[in-house]
Amino acid sequence: MKKNIKFISLLLSLIIVFIILLKGLNVSKDYSNEKLNSKIDFSFKVKKLFNDEVINIEDLFNQEDLSVVNIWASWCVPCKDEHPNLMQLKDMNIKVVGINYKDNPKNAKNFLNLLGNPYSEIITDKDGTKSIEFGAIGVPETIVINGKTKSIIKKFIGPLSNENIIEIKSLINEKT
Amino acid sequence: MSNYFGNYSLYIALIASIYLIIKSYIDTNINIKNLNKNLVLITSVQTVMIIISFISLVVAFIISDFSNETVFNNSHTLKPLFYKISGSWGNHEGSLLLWLLVLSVFLYIFLLKSSSQNIKYRLLTLLFQQIIISGFLIFILLTSNPFNTVFPIPSEGLGLNPILQDPALAIHPPILYFGYVGTSIIFSTSLAAVVAGNIGDSWAKHIKSWVLVSWIFLTIGILLGSIWAYYELGWGGFWFWDPVENVSLMPWFCLTALLHTVIVLEKRNLFKEWTIILSITTFSLSMSGTFLVRSGILNSIHTFANDPSRGIFILSFLFVLVIMSVTIFFFNQKKLTSTIKNSFIISKETAILVNNWFMMFFLSVVLVGTIYPIFLEVLNGSKISVGPPFYHNLLIPFLIPFLVFMSFGPSLKWIKDKLKKFEYNLLIIFLASILISYFILINTEKKFLLSVPLIILSFYLLLVTINDFFNKKSSLSQKISHFGFSLLITSILLNGLFSNEFNANMKVGEERKFNDKVIKLNSVNVRDIDNYKSLKANFEIKNQNSFIQLSPEVRIYQQPFTITSEADIKTTLFSDNFLVFNILKDDGYYNVRYQYKPVMIWIWISTILISIGGLLSLIKKNEKKY
Amino acid sequence: MKKPKFINLILIFILIFKTSYANELNSQVDQITKNLRCLICQGQSVYDSQSDFAISMKTVVKNKLDEGKEEKEIYEYLKNKYGEWIVYEPELNQNTFLLWLIPLILFIFGGLLITRKVSIK
Repeated sequence: MKKNIKFISLLLSLIIVFIILLKGLNVSKDYSNEKLNSKIDFSFKVKKLFNDEVINIEDLFNQEDLSVVNIWASWCVPCKDEHPNLMQLKDMNIKVVGINYKDNPKNAKNFLNLLGNPYSEIITDKDGTKSIEFGAIGVPETIVINGKTKSIIKKFIGPLSNENIIEIKSLINEKT
Repeated sequence: MSNYFGNYSLYIALIASIYLIIKSYIDTNINIKNLNKNLVLITSVQTVMIIISFISLVVAFIISDFSNETVFNNSHTLKPLFYKISGSWGNHEGSLLLWLLVLSVFLYIFLLKSSSQNIKYRLLTLLFQQIIISGFLIFILLTSNPFNTVFPIPSEGLGLNPILQDPALAIHPPILYFGYVGTSIIFSTSLAAVVAGNIGDSWAKHIKSWVLVSWIFLTIGILLGSIWAYYELGWGGFWFWDPVENVSLMPWFCLTALLHTVIVLEKRNLFKEWTIILSITTFSLSMSGTFLVRSGILNSIHTFANDPSRGIFILSFLFVLVIMSVTIFFFNQKKLTSTIKNSFIISKETAILVNNWFMMFFLSVVLVGTIYPIFLEVLNGSKISVGPPFYHNLLIPFLIPFLVFMSFGPSLKWIKDKLKKFEYNLLIIFLASILISYFILINTEKKFLLSVPLIILSFYLLLVTINDFFNKKSSLSQKISHFGFSLLITSILLNGLFSNEFNANMKVGEERKFNDKVIKLNSVNVRDIDNYKSLKANFEIKNQNSFIQLSPEVRIYQQPFTITSEADIKTTLFSDNFLVFNILKDDGYYNVRYQYKPVMIWIWISTILISIGGLLSLIKKNEKKY
Repeated sequence: MKKPKFINLILIFILIFKTSYANELNSQVDQITKNLRCLICQGQSVYDSQSDFAISMKTVVKNKLDEGKEEKEIYEYLKNKYGEWIVYEPELNQNTFLLWLIPLILFIFGGLLITRKVSIK
C-alpha cells in the first residue's frame, strides 16, 4: 500500500513536470518587459537635435496626459520601415517625441528631410544612456508614457506595425 | 543519390527495430537456451543501415550536394574539407543521426561482448535499447530528416558560420555523444537486470566498463567544450554556467556517483536500488540534455534552431522512457533488497555514500539553477536569470567539507576501518599546505573568508593525493584520477582568484599601465584574405622581467556578415596571457581586453589526468578478463 | 627521501604568484556589468558584449557610480527598468526562495538518508 502511494505520487509529479516543460516550450525566449510598470526618473537633462538647446526632459512631456516616445536612428533599417506609420500618427495629431539614438546629427537631419518629420520634438542620445532611462534595449522602439504617474504603460520593441498604430491611438483616445 | 540511400536505409532500420522489439519481447517470455541468431543478424543489419545513412550524409556534405536541405543550410563550397565533414554533425539533423549511429553501434558491441551473460538479461537489454533506437528513428524521420530535398537545387550553401569552424568544436559533439549514448546502454542493461533479477556483483563487473567508457567520453567532451569556449568565444573564460554547458555537467555528476557506487556493488553487493536509480537518472539527464538543447527552451550562448514540434516529441519520448523505467523499478523492487543492511560508519562503503551525497548535491544545484527559470516563467510569468553568482554561492561553501572528506575517504578500507592513529605524515602535509597558502595569499589584498580555507584545503588534498602515490592502499587508476581532480580544483581556485584583467579603449600607438605591466598597441594591419577582411593587431606587454608580443585578430566576413575576434593566447606552464580586441564604431579606437590567467593550462591537463585514470581502469579491467 | 624535492617544487610554485596580483584592481563597473545580462544577446553578460546596448549600459553604470550610487541601488534601478531578468544573481524573494532552498533541502535530506544506511556498530 505504502509503496503504491509512493509510486502514484512520483508518477503524478512526473506528469506535472511534463506539463510544465511542455508549456515552457511555448514561452517566448526573447526579451520582453511589457508587463513591467516601470517608473521613469524625469530629472535628467537632454539636448535637442535641431538647435542644440539643453532642456529638462520633464518639459517635453505633458504632465496630465499620455505621451509617445519613439527611439530611432538614421542607420537603422527597420526604422525606415516604420517611418510611414509614424507619419500616420502625426496625421492623427498625436505628438511623438523622437530620441535620436547614437546617430550623426547630419545623417539624422537628412533622414528626416527625405522621409518627413513625424516628431513634435527630437532629442539626441549620443551614447545611448537616455534610451536606457526609458527602459529601451535598442532601435526602433516606441514607448507610451503616462505623464501623471511617470510610468511606462506600453512598450513596442521593433518597428511599429499598423496594428500597433491603432493600439496607440485607442490608448490615447481612451484617456482623453 | 545519397539522399535516397540515406533516407531508405533509415526506414529499413526502423522496420528492423520494430521486428527486434517484438521478437525480443516474445523470446523473453519463452524459455530458450541461446540467443536467436536472427536477433544478432538483424541488429547488425540495422547498424549497417544506419552507418550507410550516416555515410550518405557525410558524402553529401563532402561533395556539397545542395539538393539536400541539411547540406544547403549548413555547408558551403568554400569550407575546408575538414569542416565540411564535421559540419555533417554540427547541425540538428546530423547530430541526431550521429546519436542514432552511436546508439546502434553500442548496442551491437554490447551484444558481442555480453555472450557470457544470462540470456533473458541480454534479450531485455536488446528490447529496451531498441525502444530507444526506434524512438530516435521515428523522431528523425518525422521531424528532423537530414535527407529532405530542395528543388530547384541551389548553387551555393548558406552555412559558413566562422565561429563553428574550430577543431575543438568539430570533435566535441561526437565525443560528448559517445558519453551520452553510453549511458543508454547503462540504462537498458540496468532495467533488464532489474526485470531478469540478476543485479549483483557479476552484473556490476559487467556494466562497469560501460560506465567507465561513458564517463571518459563525457569528461573529454566537456573538456573540449570548455577549450572551445576559452579559445573561440574570446571572453577569456572557460565555464560560463550557460544552460547548454550545465546540461553536459549534470549527467557527469550522476555518472561520477555511479562510477563509485558500481564499485561497491561489485565488491560488496550493496546499494542495488541506488545503483539502478542512478543508472536511470543518468540516462534521463543525458536525454533531457538533448531535449533542453534541441528544443530551444533554454536561453543560451549556443543558439540552435528551434522548432516546437521537435521539443514536444523529445519531451514526450523522454517521459515515456522515464515512466516506463519508474514503473519497472517499482514493480520489481523486491528483487533488489540487499542481504546486508547497513554499512559501518568508518568504511569505504560509507565514504562512497558520502561521495554520492555531494555529487547529488552538486547535481541538484545545477539542475535547479538550469530549469527553475523555465518553471517560474510558466507558473507565474516572471522572468529571472540564474547566472554564475548563484552557482558560486551555493557550490563553493560546500567544496570545503567535500575537500576535507576527499582527503581521507578514498583511503578507508572496506567493511570496517578504524580511526587511524595520529599520522605525522599528514600533519606535515597540512602544515606545508598552510605555509604554501600563506605565501601565495600574502601578495594579495584578497583575504576572503572562504578563499583562505579553500586554498589551504585544496593544497592539502593535492599533497595528500601526491603522497598517496607512495602507498599501496588504492589502485593506480584511482590515484591518478583523484590526483587529477585535486589538481583541477586547485587550478580552478588559483585561476579564479589570481586572474586579472585589463579592459580599455585604445588607439594605435597608445600605451597603458596595468598593474606592473605596460600594454602598448603597436599597429593594426588590414588585409584581404580569401573570404574575409583581416585586422591584425600587434600588442606588446612589458614588465621588468618579461616581454610578450600578442597578435589578436578581428575578422570581418561578408557572407553571412559576421565579425569575429580571434584572441591571441600565449600559454606557458605557469600562466596564460590572453588578449582580444574589438572594433569600436568611431574614431579609430579599439576595445582591448587583456587577461592574465595563472595556471590556466593545468585546468586542461588535470582534466586529461582524470580521464587517463578512467582509461587505465578500463584497460586493467579488460586485461583481467582475457 | 622525497621531502627536499617536494619543498623545491613548492618554492618554484609560489614564485609564480609572486608577480601576480589579485584582481582587486578591477573597477567596480566591470564587477557590476559582469552581473548584468545583455538583453539583446544570447546568454552574454553586458561586460562580455560589444553590442550597442551593452556599451550604453556600461556608460550608464559608470555614470551612476560617479553620481555616488551604491551597487545595490544600481541593480534596483535597472530591475525597475528591465525586470529581474537583467541581473544574473537572483535575489531572495518569494519567487526565488525555492531556487535557493531546494538544493539545501535535498542536501539535508540526503544526509538523513545516509545516517539511516550507516550504523556505528
